[in-house]
Amino acid sequence: MKMINQVKFTFLSRSVNEGFARAALSAFLAQADPTVPQLADIKTAVSEAVTNCIVHAYPDAVGLVTLTAALYENGLVRITVTDRGIGIPDVDKAMEPLYTTGNPDERAGLGFAVMQSFMDKVKVSSTPGRGTRVTMAKRLEAKG
Amino acid sequence: MAKICFVPASGTLAAYLSGEIDHHAAQGLRREIDAQIDSRMPELLTLDFSGVTFMDSSGVGLILGRGRYMSSLGGRLTVQNPPAAVRRMLDLARISYV
Repeated sequence: MKMINQVKFTFLSRSVNEGFARAALSAFLAQADPTVPQLADIKTAVSEAVTNCIVHAYPDAVGLVTLTAALYENGLVRITVTDRGIGIPDVDKAMEPLYTTGNPDERAGLGFAVMQSFMDKVKVSSTPGRGTRVTMAKRLEAKG
Repeated sequence: MAKICFVPASGTLAAYLSGEIDHHAAQGLRREIDAQIDSRMPELLTLDFSGVTFMDSSGVGLILGRGRYMSSLGGRLTVQNPPAAVRRMLDLARISYV
């Protein structure tokens, strides 16, 4: 499977950068000519991953978030969101729908459920004290 | 970036949301809506999503949080006019709308 193009950018874990990450990713994906629903799905999943970094990975500090997006010949999009924050002690627990360590009055606990629902594949690896890497993939089907 | 416009009437408060609702925007929207609830004490709060172009699960948290706040005051909340992208998120969270 041959990679056609790749972009990588790093930004501070400030909430104002959630919109930047979505916009930058959209600009990169435009070359693959995704449908409106496909682009909406990917933007939503990435927004969840980036928000997790801002809310959970760096709860009392500002750190770096790195987003890598790659396009492959067969229409596959692979996106990796990486932080060097506090990590997740129990990834399986964190991925349960409605589970959140954030403020339960304001956080729905649906971040990973959304990523899994809107992307074809989601893989999370984390080391407490070292950080978390979320890798997501989606195939852009040919337009009918 | 998200915007909000309030239309109060007798016993009701309608909040017309527009733009992109993410975690960043939800923080400001929450403060604005709660301030309006506190000052007007409506029986019914209606959140209208017709102008929303993007929403992630932070919007779900915003809705659930306002629903709980309205319930604690003896009132209720309805969600109306979600576009397709918002409907998908509401369906995932099992939030009903009109």
